Amino acid sequence: MSQDYPLVAAQTAVQTPTKAPRLRRGRGRRRLRGADRIIVILMVTIPTLLVVGLVWLPAIASVLLSFTSWNGIGGLSTIKWIGTTNYENVFTNYPPFHPAIQNNALWLIVLFLLATPFGMFLAVLLDKEIKGSRVYQTAIYVPVVLSLALVGFIWQLFYSYDQGLLNSVLGTHIDWYGDDKVNIWAVLVASGWRHVGYVMLLYLAGLKGVDPTLREAAAVDGASETTVFFRVVFPVMRPINVIVFVITVIESLRAFDLVWVVNKGRNGLELISALVTQNIVGEASRIGFGSALATIMLVIALVFITIYLATVLREEK
Amino acid sequence: MTRPQSEAEYLARMVPSSVAATSLNRRTLFKGAVGGAAALSIPGLLAACGSTSSGAAASGGSAKGTVTFGSNASDATPKKSFAAQVAAFQTASGNTVKVNTVDHNTFQENINNYLQGNPDDVFTWFAGYRMRFFAAQGLAGDVSDVWPKLSGYTDGFKSASTGDDGKQYLVPYDYYPWALFYRKSVWAAKGYTVPTTLDELTALSKQMQKDGLVPIAFADKDGWPAMGTFDVLNMRVNGYQFHIDLMAGKKAWNGPEVKKVFDAWTGLLPYHQSNALGRTWQEAAQTLQQKKAGMYLLGLFVAQQFTAAEQSDIDFFTFPAIDSTIGSDALDAPIDGMMMRNKPKNEAGAKAFLEYIGSVDAQKIALANDPGNLYPNSGVDTSSYTALQKKASELVGSAKNIAQFLDRDTRPDFASTVMIPQLQAFIKDPTKVNDILDSIESQKKSIFTA
Repeated sequence: MSQDYPLVAAQTAVQTPTKAPRLRRGRGRRRLRGADRIIVILMVTIPTLLVVGLVWLPAIASVLLSFTSWNGIGGLSTIKWIGTTNYENVFTNYPPFHPAIQNNALWLIVLFLLATPFGMFLAVLLDKEIKGSRVYQTAIYVPVVLSLALVGFIWQLFYSYDQGLLNSVLGTHIDWYGDDKVNIWAVLVASGWRHVGYVMLLYLAGLKGVDPTLREAAAVDGASETTVFFRVVFPVMRPINVIVFVITVIESLRAFDLVWVVNKGRNGLELISALVTQNIVGEASRIGFGSALATIMLVIALVFITIYLATVLREEK
Repeated sequence: MTRPQSEAEYLARMVPSSVAATSLNRRTLFKGAVGGAAALSIPGLLAACGSTSSGAAASGGSAKGTVTFGSNASDATPKKSFAAQVAAFQTASGNTVKVNTVDHNTFQENINNYLQGNPDDVFTWFAGYRMRFFAAQGLAGDVSDVWPKLSGYTDGFKSASTGDDGKQYLVPYDYYPWALFYRKSVWAAKGYTVPTTLDELTALSKQMQKDGLVPIAFADKDGWPAMGTFDVLNMRVNGYQFHIDLMAGKKAWNGPEVKKVFDAWTGLLPYHQSNALGRTWQEAAQTLQQKKAGMYLLGLFVAQQFTAAEQSDIDFFTFPAIDSTIGSDALDAPIDGMMMRNKPKNEAGAKAFLEYIGSVDAQKIALANDPGNLYPNSGVDTSSYTALQKKASELVGSAKNIAQFLDRDTRPDFASTVMIPQLQAFIKDPTKVNDILDSIESQKKSIFTA
């Protein structure tokens, strides 16, 4: 901001010398004040109302509901206040909960350490304008575009125990989706498959925006390809890096679709999001219990959001 | 309608009677305001709108008009069958039926929101605990006055259609038994005979393994098929009444009775197809169809996985007795039926439609279109049944007690969030059965007492 200031001042300095425009502008400001104020009020209140109504109120309602017992049927007067019982049950009396926490953590680690770096690597390769790079780009990006039902179906064709491609081609007898020690990795491969394409596209867009003279200068100074990337390009790409990091965290917290398509998040594929859905959305309607799970998920998300915001705000100072 | 005298009275009129019955005061209104913001309770608000408008429309009370019908028959065969019955009803009665078909599983999962929103006048559902629960919650309409007009229904079907208050809330339109299915040609070639005791079933399974067959095909990726195995074992080991009490939460899951059921299951698991948790029932049925498996415990719908030419090669027997004092005369035979919403927009038309669905005429049309089920009206000519249907109907007819299925006989929150993962945990590692049963009991207590 401080770098931009002289430029703005220079423009103002050019426009202000004569008296007449200033007066006209002054009158204009007075005339538009009413309309401006309405526009400003609308621009502030409408998004605020939307955020409060669609984000904050439901979130607060979920937190409140997590202290109650309600089957979702009948009037709101049938909601029973039961204190922290739901939380006690989540932690001590709900076997799927601990595997779900572990799986979410594993999801984050795998996406962060494997899928995201691999996506970046592909982006760097494709940035080299190699022959047929558009074909590769499309091929890698296609999984992101495919509908979820289709992704689930494609991987079912690979992983089916009796009829799947993997077992027939490899001659193995691995129960990819049924064995709870294997299925989380099978699904992580499918999830990584989508995530790599997503990161690749974001990163490629960022790389295209890097000033080529920076690389040329570094090359003239005798830096190797690797050094150029890590010492010059990577630091310059900082905004994109932050976005990619945030997206990786978000993706691993809201991971849900693939496990739901595979087996509704059971038997080794427990994720908090799937447990929330099992309890609230389906026939079960354990609204209070499901809300407690959702609140726990919200708290975990808040930890990451706080870390992110703290980092961003500290650097802006 | 008179003018409301106070604000409270005015607000009370905007609430459906089912909700209004539970006294309305400032506090409930406040809760309404808070909860209304949650996306989940929006259907509840819609319910308020839907019911008030329908209340006014119902006062018309003419039999001629439009009946709305919410159907879960999304598969081609049952959909076609309903379409034919609806067409015949429209011609016969002069009513118009607006059919609203929803994907089968989606319909089932959204039932709570659907019934509290603006449901159709008539909708498809199942007999059992859930039907009685919706009736008790005031979400279903009393159809007791349709029942005297229905002929050809046994008392068994009537009691399966009766709510806790003794009134009828359902008109059954089809049902199907669960049994052990096999291919006649395979059994004839190997000289197998139908087992009547658990020991005979075990001996037969051993023989099948020697012959290179998977004795009992098995799949539980979707979580519900193993419930059928538990149901039948429990009814064989402890009898029907214990099973129903257990489902109602009145008996302990970690007691010696249930332990015995899982002991029997542990003994049979080596003869079940391994890796069941990664397999769908369709894939398991195909191993039977491809003559790789000897038997498969499933509902009559297993026949869908066989070609038309193979239909006559399918046969079945009921699960053999485990305890000779209890015998083998109880089984799972889920009943599908139609219910009426509370305060339908066209009550006379809805009841006329239900009466028609229960009639011999309608069920004959259903039989002609969908041979994969059995039809409850005894007036349906069983001579047009296939051999498999005839045998299935005799099996159900000779059964002393009929259960619906675990997820229809107990609370859905218990069935889906506790039983599915715990049965899968048992299949994974049967040696942990004691921990699993303790966990089921402790979770059951938290759910049934909530």
